Amino acid sequence: MSTEAVTAPALRHRITAFVRDFVLPNAPAMARGAGPQPKHVVEAAGEAGLAGILTPVRFGGAGGSHLDFVDFIEAVAAADASTSVILDVHVSVGTEPIIEFGTDDQKTRYLPRLASGELLAAFALTEPAGGSDAASLQTRAIHDGDEYVITGTKTFITSAGAADLYIVLARTGPGTRGISAFLVESGWRGVSAGQPFEKLGLHGSWTGELVLDSVRVPAANRLGREGAGFGAAMSALDSGRVGISAQAVGIAQGALDAAVAASRARRAAGRDVDEVALADMEAATMAARALTRHTAAMVDAAQPATLDASVAKLYATDACVAVAHAAVQICAPESTSEMHPASIRLRDAKASQIYEGTNQIQRVIIARELLR
Amino acid sequence: MIQQTVRDLARDKIAPRAAEIDRTGEFPWDVVDLFRKHDLFALPFPPEYGGLSGSALTLNLAIEEVAKACATSALILAVQALGAYPIMLAGSAEQKQRLLPDLASGKKLAAYALTEPGAGSDPAAMETRAELHDGEYVITGSKIWITDGGVADTIVIFAKTNPKERAKGVSAFVMEDAQSLKGFEANTIHGKLGIRGSNTAELRLDEVVVPAANRLGKEGEGFSIAMRVLDRSRPGVAAQAIGIAQGALDYAVGYAKERKQFGKAIGEFQGIQFMIADMEAQTAAARAMVYWASQLIDDHSPDVTHHAAIAKLLAGDAAMKVTTDAVQILGGYGYVNEYPVERMMRDAKITQIYEGTNQIQRVVIARDLLRA
Repeated sequence: MSTEAVTAPALRHRITAFVRDFVLPNAPAMARGAGPQPKHVVEAAGEAGLAGILTPVRFGGAGGSHLDFVDFIEAVAAADASTSVILDVHVSVGTEPIIEFGTDDQKTRYLPRLASGELLAAFALTEPAGGSDAASLQTRAIHDGDEYVITGTKTFITSAGAADLYIVLARTGPGTRGISAFLVESGWRGVSAGQPFEKLGLHGSWTGELVLDSVRVPAANRLGREGAGFGAAMSALDSGRVGISAQAVGIAQGALDAAVAASRARRAAGRDVDEVALADMEAATMAARALTRHTAAMVDAAQPATLDASVAKLYATDACVAVAHAAVQICAPESTSEMHPASIRLRDAKASQIYEGTNQIQRVIIARELLR
Repeated sequence: MIQQTVRDLARDKIAPRAAEIDRTGEFPWDVVDLFRKHDLFALPFPPEYGGLSGSALTLNLAIEEVAKACATSALILAVQALGAYPIMLAGSAEQKQRLLPDLASGKKLAAYALTEPGAGSDPAAMETRAELHDGEYVITGSKIWITDGGVADTIVIFAKTNPKERAKGVSAFVMEDAQSLKGFEANTIHGKLGIRGSNTAELRLDEVVVPAANRLGKEGEGFSIAMRVLDRSRPGVAAQAIGIAQGALDYAVGYAKERKQFGKAIGEFQGIQFMIADMEAQTAAARAMVYWASQLIDDHSPDVTHHAAIAKLLAGDAAMKVTTDAVQILGGYGYVNEYPVERMMRDAKITQIYEGTNQIQRVVIARDLLRA
């Protein structure tokens, strides 16, 4: 195995081929919820050499940058958002915390299998009573010898029921400094997932409850120090928001492409075209892309990116819903069909304003940073 | 480096003058002297003509910093580049050597005269004529809304050498020491909504004689030169717009921290926080687009036209929205000229109008998209 990171052009080539050969052909089925299951998606990404795009080469990954990562997610999302959310969660919040905070032992045990697509990762922070207020989480981890015993319920977990490895945030003490992170395997006794929710969109991805009932987790699977979990989660979310921004750019681009195609056909038939709407859609999509790439470059340069990541997430996801909505209007009446590319994008887009911190929480984060 | 220098200069020397420049409406020659002294006019020029960098990105960073304090002053920098670009892009080696060093030093001021009373968004409809007689062009016609038209020494003027043609009939000429040319008259336009200290003039040319050696490019190339210049100058105007927006946002944030109502700072109210977050997101998105477009200019990319139009559209619209919201956050205080934000709001408006209205930018962007 080479120890050199895969070059950016080589990664772009892999991304193009993966989108062409796997994502696009499966996109219509994914949008109906009848496509390849999440496990199959990550296996295919692993075969394409992309499931560990951010993972260092010595742990079996591609050693790519966050700029490569956003290119990857954007390109996949432009073709199919369900596939992109599965891979975004796997690569960013599912794998990155291990890269950043894992012990050598944890990295050796998990990173190569995550990068090859053998394992699918998920991130379990949100609870029924702790959404935007993540620090209020109630899942408990009680230290017992060489193990922790974890009990609690997580919800809105992407890939719940499909994932092999969950990064679980649980309480080892009071306050935000009483939160720790654990690597929990799906096969362990007491781990179960509910049926995937029936969602507005993203029908090809699974979202559901994760129940932990006295799950015994070896202390060797605690990620980072005891009490360092909240900081790790927030750090993961900074990068995760960059991924969600890239996904939003991709969805917007997919919707815009549909609107442009429909507008060309209208013009060819001698009918009027809404140039103003198209220009505003293009401008919003491009600015979202510029912000996303700017933020990815900051993460790559190890600069503090909390504010920039929130700004990118807010702008890109608001833009993506507005662009998808406008695309449905431009593509009418065909777009009233639920399987029209524009209507699929509108359904898929909506989630991006909600997850990884609602856009209302992003506004609070941004204002607090500025008003400090 | 340059960004920090200009930031300090703008804060210490220009910001204290901004309100007075606005109130008197007099062209700020002291700011011109300040730019000369600190060699800021040299920014857009390459070193071989006495310039500093020739980088659009560097120039636009400087324009942004000055515009945070005073939009009128920022426009002086932007227009020096605007007037010089036709010479840099289309001038012969002899013309560049003869004309550019005095512009780079700021000894002479430049202007760009394209718009006419009957030819605004449609410049190919211009009626100003240039007729060749014995090795000299005789130019007759009128131009309007010419920034620095009443103070500039070196004015690039566009005129029809073939009135039967539209775009293909236009040629570009340099008028040296324009204010003292026989038949040239500049009437400064008063009563502007904003950028009141900026010189805006109507030019009347009655058989003004320009040597053939001052024609830029070939006959008939003028329109293409004018358009290529706008590709470069639009990100400059966009940089001015994001500077205005940032200046207003900074002021509103400071105010929201200090102003207390109901026993707490108004910045602690979510209604204000959400406004501030959206102001930040729009400004940051426009900025990312402006820097992207500027970088493409420096990279000689063929995509400049499209990106420059998007940068101009987003930045002008963001400046208008953000300054209007800043007035709102200051309430009654925002509405009076004891505070700077009402000036910023008035200054912002022009950025949606000049260098191609934002409606024209949308046409440019949409046509690019719809081209099959």
